[in-house]
Amino acid sequence: MGSSTPLLAVEELSVVFGGRGSDEVRAVDGVSFTLEEGKVTGLVGESGCGKSVTSLALMGLLPPRGVRVGGSALLNLPEGEVDLLKLSPKRMRDLRGSRLAMIFQDPLSSLNPVVPIGRQVTEILNRHRGMRGSAAEKEAADLLQRVGIPDPERRLKEYPHQLSGGMRQRALIAMAVACRPRVMIADEPTTALDVTIQAQILELLKDLVTEEGTALLMITHDLGVVAGLCDDINVLYAGRAVETAPRAPLFAGPTHPYTVGLLGSIPRLDAPRGEPLTPIRGSVNDNIAWHDGCAFAPRCDHYTLECLEGPPALVHTDDGVHAYRCVNPVRHADVADRAVLESPSVVGDEEESA
Amino acid sequence: MPTTPSAHNPEGSPVPDAESAGTGGTALLGRKAAKIDRLAELMGPRDEGTHGAGIWRTAFSRLRRSPMAITGAIIVAGFVVVALFAPLLAPYAPTAQTWGDEVFPNQNIFVGPRAENWLGLDNLGRDQFSRMVIGARQTLLVGVVATLVGFGVGALLGGTAGAAATLGGRWGRTIDNAIMRVIDMMLALPTLLLAVTVAALIGPSLTTVMLAVGIAQVPIFARLLRGAMISQGNRDYVLAARALGVRKHKIALTHILPNSLGPVIVQSTLTLATAIIDAAALSYLGLGNPDPSFPEWGTMLADAQRFLSSAPQLAVYPALAIIVTALGFTLLGEAMREALDPKLRK
Repeated sequence: MGSSTPLLAVEELSVVFGGRGSDEVRAVDGVSFTLEEGKVTGLVGESGCGKSVTSLALMGLLPPRGVRVGGSALLNLPEGEVDLLKLSPKRMRDLRGSRLAMIFQDPLSSLNPVVPIGRQVTEILNRHRGMRGSAAEKEAADLLQRVGIPDPERRLKEYPHQLSGGMRQRALIAMAVACRPRVMIADEPTTALDVTIQAQILELLKDLVTEEGTALLMITHDLGVVAGLCDDINVLYAGRAVETAPRAPLFAGPTHPYTVGLLGSIPRLDAPRGEPLTPIRGSVNDNIAWHDGCAFAPRCDHYTLECLEGPPALVHTDDGVHAYRCVNPVRHADVADRAVLESPSVVGDEEESA
Repeated sequence: MPTTPSAHNPEGSPVPDAESAGTGGTALLGRKAAKIDRLAELMGPRDEGTHGAGIWRTAFSRLRRSPMAITGAIIVAGFVVVALFAPLLAPYAPTAQTWGDEVFPNQNIFVGPRAENWLGLDNLGRDQFSRMVIGARQTLLVGVVATLVGFGVGALLGGTAGAAATLGGRWGRTIDNAIMRVIDMMLALPTLLLAVTVAALIGPSLTTVMLAVGIAQVPIFARLLRGAMISQGNRDYVLAARALGVRKHKIALTHILPNSLGPVIVQSTLTLATAIIDAAALSYLGLGNPDPSFPEWGTMLADAQRFLSSAPQLAVYPALAIIVTALGFTLLGEAMREALDPKLRK
């Protein structure tokens, strides 16, 4: 995609669960993408398509038993290139929190309920930056201030249940950015928050990415979030990327029937009132194995016999940035909301115009 | 503007801006920070008290409304007061055979309750009330020490096993397995039998009773803490801490352990009741304190057995005391367990 070397290059990542008695489940089946400095890459798809497993695999947080991880994930560090999937657990533990950070979906359960916020933040500073005592406390207060938590000194002494959902997510983001990670993974960070807080959190993430040059991998099922935040988008289905494109081409000309279906499933502001939504029929479990054909075929309105003859190849369009995995691509699907497409960004406009 | 309107600035002064924050702040950030602070200032003070009561505080307020908890607490408080101030409350020395010439067990002559001896005299002419009061002291001591032994050893074993099972990988599971199989063996023996075995091994004394009863409680505490730690180990905040590279021993000690202690603490109140009964049982079996200068409810019960047909009251008093005390601890423990159980909250 970009001309510079990517910060993190994921090649043919696969995660297989099970074996030994139980049926194998290929949760992630050959996903490739790159993360670049100061850019946001999106992983989009329904529940169960392998988004979260991808993130856990990259962080090395999958359980050691009963899981096989394949492929490579090359992280470009100043001291050289490392493959995240082959590092020792000890080395990985040092990287987590310092070079790699992750923000989880549910801010309510991701903070320890019996430990004050301050101690949870200073713990990270102590672990990776060796800060102690009042220096760590001051830095923690600065971090909370930076993620937009007012009166940080008092908040540091409070327990998670004394903070609102949005503030808790901010505190988690503060912990994630405490050591200025190069790569940040956000696993549906706004799903548990209400809409107004969602926009604030997305704006905060966007600011952090542009200021620090962090590469952000945004995992979401919310196409509104994708449209507002992501530079490059990967649409996943049943563990494979079915369409990869920058934001504008993807929303303007989605080609894979699944992407078209996803975009058709959200209400549009410019559509006539009362017009029914067109959901994708079936569920993510109604699929066939990728090696037999297109996994999406059982739910697809466009499928033909060719779809069932082996895995569809990844097709690159003429401009070279848009790729899809489909033998019957959709042309000129008018599913995107013009209002979404034409605005430069859904969130963060206020600061730019101020 | 990312501001959650729920805070105020106590001094009302602007907090250091992004420049002094030293995190590469730009003018943009500074302005944002200033705006946040200004808004926070204007939000005014808020009521601290109403916001988010802790789990222990809500549990306590529920306890105060529960008749079960109040009954239990009154019994326990009464027992503790009697035990602590026993020498002041007992009217006579518990070992003095002051009225020895009034009681003739072999002629079935006993002295029942009267003005100077509220609960009558025992078979050697000693004041039964004084013996009961001083005996409470022994019972409390045995109960508390035995529970502490059980809690301490059990928490150590269970905590190690739980931490190893959650975070230790392959080796951890081996350690967990080794510890838990030993615990299972202890659990397989009936509590009293286990206590008798220990008491028989060390020989009868007060320390023996405390150790034996304590050791018999170890497997319960160990299993409870291990189970709580394993279930906490699967929680999101542990994953989040791991995702931030926090070391394993710190995750176990600062994150998992404090969240797992609730059920163990409740169990210790219930264990106090069991410990009192077990201690009495050991004394009754003659494995308790052999020193006759320390009256003990279990020993008194055993002594009274010989005169059960002629003077049943001598057995009734200590038996009632044991039952009521154990009931008090059980009621309090059960009420605490219910108050802390999120599933039973209304």
